[in-house]
Amino acid sequence: MISRFLFLLLGLSFASNLFAQENDPNTVGSAVSSIEIVEQTADVTVLDSGNTAWMLTATALVLFMTLPGLALFYAGLVQSKNVLSVLMHCFAIACLASIIWFAVGYSLSLTSGSGNNWVGGNTAFFLQHLSVDSLNGDHPETVWIMFQMTFAIITPALIVGAFVERIKFSAVLLFSGCWLIVVYCPVCYWVWGGGWLAERGIIDFAGGIVVHATAGASALTIAAMLGRRHGFPKSLKPPHNPGMVMTGAAMLWVGWFGFNAGSAAAADNSAGMAMLVTHLSAATASLVWMLVEWRSTGKPGLVGIVTGMVAGLATITPASGSVGPLGAIIIGASAGIICYYACGFVKEKLGIDDSLDVAAVHGVGGILGTLLVSYLGWKGELGGLGINSETWQDQLVVQAQGCLAAVALSVVATYIIIKLVSALTGGIRVSDDDETKGLDQAAHGENGYSLS
Amino acid sequence: MKLIKSIIKPFKLEDVKEALSEIGIEGMTVIEAKGFGRQKGHTEIYRGSEYTIDFLPKVVIEVAVPDDIADKVIDTIVKAAKTEKIGDGKIFVIPVEQAVRIRTGEQGEVAL
Repeated sequence: MISRFLFLLLGLSFASNLFAQENDPNTVGSAVSSIEIVEQTADVTVLDSGNTAWMLTATALVLFMTLPGLALFYAGLVQSKNVLSVLMHCFAIACLASIIWFAVGYSLSLTSGSGNNWVGGNTAFFLQHLSVDSLNGDHPETVWIMFQMTFAIITPALIVGAFVERIKFSAVLLFSGCWLIVVYCPVCYWVWGGGWLAERGIIDFAGGIVVHATAGASALTIAAMLGRRHGFPKSLKPPHNPGMVMTGAAMLWVGWFGFNAGSAAAADNSAGMAMLVTHLSAATASLVWMLVEWRSTGKPGLVGIVTGMVAGLATITPASGSVGPLGAIIIGASAGIICYYACGFVKEKLGIDDSLDVAAVHGVGGILGTLLVSYLGWKGELGGLGINSETWQDQLVVQAQGCLAAVALSVVATYIIIKLVSALTGGIRVSDDDETKGLDQAAHGENGYSLS
Repeated sequence: MKLIKSIIKPFKLEDVKEALSEIGIEGMTVIEAKGFGRQKGHTEIYRGSEYTIDFLPKVVIEVAVPDDIADKVIDTIVKAAKTEKIGDGKIFVIPVEQAVRIRTGEQGEVAL
């Protein structure tokens, strides 16, 4: 409390200085950095139990998004003979990503010490630096490591949607592990670890670039390299269990409160606003997707409305710390329309079997939100909370740079990793026979449904 | 003896069963099946992509009867299963060479 009060007083005095000297940009810059230093030194040694409690909770919510939320969401969308393989992919990736995060991921993503802007240092490999008393701001570093780990878990798990029903399990493990280190960790460092995009003032509150753009671009690349499922696009079997899709999607919605509101890294007003705008965007995108589908196909479908929800959540993710409620409605509506047509574009126009629409929903949504936040976060008439650049046009340039860089790294690195994994596994695709039999039987020796 | 094999819409199963019991038919075999005729399949749309469902759920009812009541049974099934919409199904009548009741070894029409 006292430190907050002091900080407020200092802030006020600096603000009056700014007012007096607003024509001198050097003074402005030094004043702002002094405030930041005051804030950091005031917070660095004190553990706030309220914030810690929320971060513990948010961590559990984000893990819940993958296990079982995303796993069920994806599993319901495939044929009944592949349901277990999708659950297995998500579960195994969650375990593998956790170990990699402990070994090198956290260090490469979120610690300085490498002396460059491109990737983090190696001082936290195997978390050897960590003690039980280590703090990150006003909560334990252990909690911060766990919270960020759940993001590193869900991101490669999102890519599963691109290669379901036809990939070798060994290829899934090798690809996901390499991808986490080569794509996720650097991009995470660029944006959240103090790398070059952070220095330019990029806005990505909870992972529009770090999570959704990287996963979407990589999904499209791997789907194009792996080839289409047999029968794509005309004689495929439809989603085997839309009820399971809805169950998983609803878990994602709930978990997303931890994802976005937890990214405030505190139980404060920013977290509250993030939760509100996250919810509004999801609800709007669901309804808009449903209406677009109703109009173009004649029927409002369950799989459609819940896909709209995921699109709305992915799109608000980068913007959830910067927009107000009205901005959230606009983001949700844009997501519902643009991601809907993106699905058709990828599958019909590009002819790529990105089976569960990872690129169209997560990639397009993440990039859309990352760009829209420039204007909607701006303190204009739409209730934005503020952006990092002077004008929204300047911010848009930075946002676009971030998206381009993340997509470029994702595409190139995914291409190289898949070539390597393919060489190691003798081709990443299962035989035609196994694909027909279904991966549950062929790869895992189990059967999702024994209904006799 | 005739084996009357009727492929009908699943929701008509109860009606057909009732109608057959009313005319004294005491046994039947029911098989859940999939198929299509002129009705063809239908399409389902998920996320804007069309999926063609070729095979529709159907029910096959098999009843073995003495020759003299075969026509009556056929009429009864037609009346009970008809909705006058495409996809109502078909009836095939097949001659039966022999029937055996496994419990007693009885043969011929007494075994029906």
